[in-house]
Amino acid sequence: MAQELLSYIERKSPVHSLSGATKLIIFILYSTAAMLTYDTRVLLALLVISIVIFVMSKIRIREIGFILVFILAFLLLNNIAIYIFSPQEGVKIYGSSHVLFELAGRYNITWEQLFYQFNITLKYFVVIPAALLFVVTTHPSEFAASLNKIGVNYKIAYSVSLALRYIPDIQRDFKTIAKAQQARGIDISKNQKLWKRIKNISSIILPLIFSTLDRIEVISNAMELRRFGKKKKRTWYKEKPFRKADYIVLISGLFILVVSLLITFYDGSRFYNPF
Amino acid sequence: MKEPIIQFKNFSFKYESQVEHTLEKINLSIYEGEKIVIVGPSGSGKSTLAHCLNGLVPFSYRGEVEGSLTIKGHDTSTLDIFTISKMVGTVLQDPDGQFIGLSVAEDIAFALENEAIPQEEMVRQVTDVSKLVDLENKIQSSIHELSGGQKQRVSLAGVIVEEVDILLFDEPLANLDPATGKHAMALIDQIQKETKTTVVIIEHRLEDVLSQDVDRIIVVDEGRIVSDMSPNELLASDILESCHLREPLYVKALKYAGCNVTPDMHPESIESLAIEQCRDKLSEWYESTDSVKQEKKNSPILELRDINFEYHKGIKTLQNVTLTIHQGEMVSIVGRNGAGKSTLSKIIGGFEKIKSGSIFYKGEDITEDTIFERSNRIGIVMQNPNHMVSKHMIYDEVALGLVMRGVPEEEIKKRVEETLKVCGLYAFRNWPISALSFGQKKRVTIASILVLQPEVLILDEPTAGQDLRHYTEIMEFLTQLNSQGVTILMITHDMHLMLEYTPRAIAIDDGRVIADHSAAHILTNISIVEMTNLKVTSLFELAQKAGMDQPIEFVTRFIEYDKEARLTWRKNY
Repeated sequence: MAQELLSYIERKSPVHSLSGATKLIIFILYSTAAMLTYDTRVLLALLVISIVIFVMSKIRIREIGFILVFILAFLLLNNIAIYIFSPQEGVKIYGSSHVLFELAGRYNITWEQLFYQFNITLKYFVVIPAALLFVVTTHPSEFAASLNKIGVNYKIAYSVSLALRYIPDIQRDFKTIAKAQQARGIDISKNQKLWKRIKNISSIILPLIFSTLDRIEVISNAMELRRFGKKKKRTWYKEKPFRKADYIVLISGLFILVVSLLITFYDGSRFYNPF
Repeated sequence: MKEPIIQFKNFSFKYESQVEHTLEKINLSIYEGEKIVIVGPSGSGKSTLAHCLNGLVPFSYRGEVEGSLTIKGHDTSTLDIFTISKMVGTVLQDPDGQFIGLSVAEDIAFALENEAIPQEEMVRQVTDVSKLVDLENKIQSSIHELSGGQKQRVSLAGVIVEEVDILLFDEPLANLDPATGKHAMALIDQIQKETKTTVVIIEHRLEDVLSQDVDRIIVVDEGRIVSDMSPNELLASDILESCHLREPLYVKALKYAGCNVTPDMHPESIESLAIEQCRDKLSEWYESTDSVKQEKKNSPILELRDINFEYHKGIKTLQNVTLTIHQGEMVSIVGRNGAGKSTLSKIIGGFEKIKSGSIFYKGEDITEDTIFERSNRIGIVMQNPNHMVSKHMIYDEVALGLVMRGVPEEEIKKRVEETLKVCGLYAFRNWPISALSFGQKKRVTIASILVLQPEVLILDEPTAGQDLRHYTEIMEFLTQLNSQGVTILMITHDMHLMLEYTPRAIAIDDGRVIADHSAAHILTNISIVEMTNLKVTSLFELAQKAGMDQPIEFVTRFIEYDKEARLTWRKNY
């Protein structure tokens, strides 16, 4: 079985034992802090905390390698786009211009621009571990319960978790269908030209949609027959009750947010200016 | 007289999208504590009847209702689906699709969660019910790890975790092998006795259902109730045959032998059957039929030598499998779920790479050939047609493989049309596939493989979920192909299919070939039958009960006779 894209990884760690809702709230607090601040000192501090938590979770980089590469590629793209559209952003923000070398027209490389983009990259690195950890250390069964706990309607929460749950099933279907189609001469392996491959994959999509639609009909009937959606509220068998550790983590999270905002806005600017 | 708990009065139903009524003036009373079986061919309306009982009709499947249906004295037109489902608990047909929770405990708890029962109370109730269905050790397991029978117990537990008055089973045996099916029926019986519920079972595998006592059998055909009587009365009549339903094989044998089957012979099960007055007739019939000579085929087309395969390191899925298939044979491969029979077909088709061993096709080593190269010689038809159909129109679907091979258009047209004729689909060639029935879709998938002119055809469960009429249709079609020289391998746990159509059967257990013999021999060998989760055929038990000297020969002769009889039946039909 191939590595699944992004799914729960079973471990015994302090991060795993937290309630899913705690992890979700921490993720939100953490991203808020990282989004609002451009203060390099705060970002660096947050990054250190992120890395420590990641190590504590006992998740190995290799296990989330695929999605990580994907995010990093996106980050690179984002950085290039920022430079192309706004090469003087750093100069505007920090109010000075230390030119490293000139390229053409308004495109030059300044320390200010590099520093600005370094900050953006830092933000990514702060949020990535928090986001990934929420997904890979929260048991899928608890996923919906945690969303529901922070106020998401349980029907929506359940749909999200069902969708996530069916990813492995659909992957399995995809493989079966791909093999069956290959036997009829529809090659999607690497010996085909890219364009042909894309075209050929489309002949797998249709059977995949059919079999998925079947699945949806059966599951929605099964849910209705067991009265899903009858009441405004529902309880969760797998919900983890809040324990002391959860409260400590939540309070620390809130504390970090407040402190990082205080430092950030203390001198009236969201930016830390070393120049 | 007990009160009826379910009562249909002049009840008719028409689906929104259809012109004709699916159910026509149904009058039926079911009393508290009864165990009722509803049988009928596909499209007879028996599933619709079940949907009316659990509220899916009209809440999920809309349409017009006439007449009335009362459950526990409430007219269902005044209720909503949630209230109905409080009274009627449904165990659905597809054991995989209906699971909502990831683990056993969660799935059982689903209904309780929706009732907002507090967590502690929920845990207690789930534990209690898991004991009732004998799953207490599996409660934390993931549902994917369970066997078919265990899955069914989970879905049953999920329904009885709350007190319901009526338990409705929609084709509970459809995906189970014969031995597991028997256990399932015993479990249903036990639950009914312990919870004192009314049980309604929709099923067409009548012989398997009758392994436990039932009170009444309702036969539905073309939207109407054809009969409503006790099993003994029904089996003594000829109603089943006239509705194209399969009679238990031992009853059929008695009828062939010219015995007059009467209700007081207790034909409802082979154990209760009183055979005394039939003994002579049976042996007379046995003497009058000829023994069948199987011609030995001897031109190997497919040879597997010492195949080993594992999905995960250290867990052998196939071990030292060696077997030879001859040209023109029709062979079934049997074994319990997970025994390795589907893996075997994947290996022959090249879907998976073997660890060691070699595969020969007409003496040529094809071990290293790709899926695509093999597909010109060996065609594989998947169990689920939805996994194969990728075009809208039948013609395009069948032509696809040829188009991909760059065959000139004129030849494609010729070959596709020929294949469609062989498969009885020529008249539909310009139809969209979505307009076809399940059985027809299955034939389209067979056609789409056949058009590539493979000499070996491997089918995974070709008859799963088909009623007798469609089953006969598909199997006769395959027999016809076989007589034209196509070698056919079938993976199945349908005992009728084995007996009636495949002279040779290969039994697999734990990745090893444990028997390779005639189907009649395999289905009369108790130790093999146990290892493969099959059942000893009731014909054998009948022969033993009647004191025959050669019960296996009796089974063989019956099958031959039955084949002839059914051919005439199909011609007249």
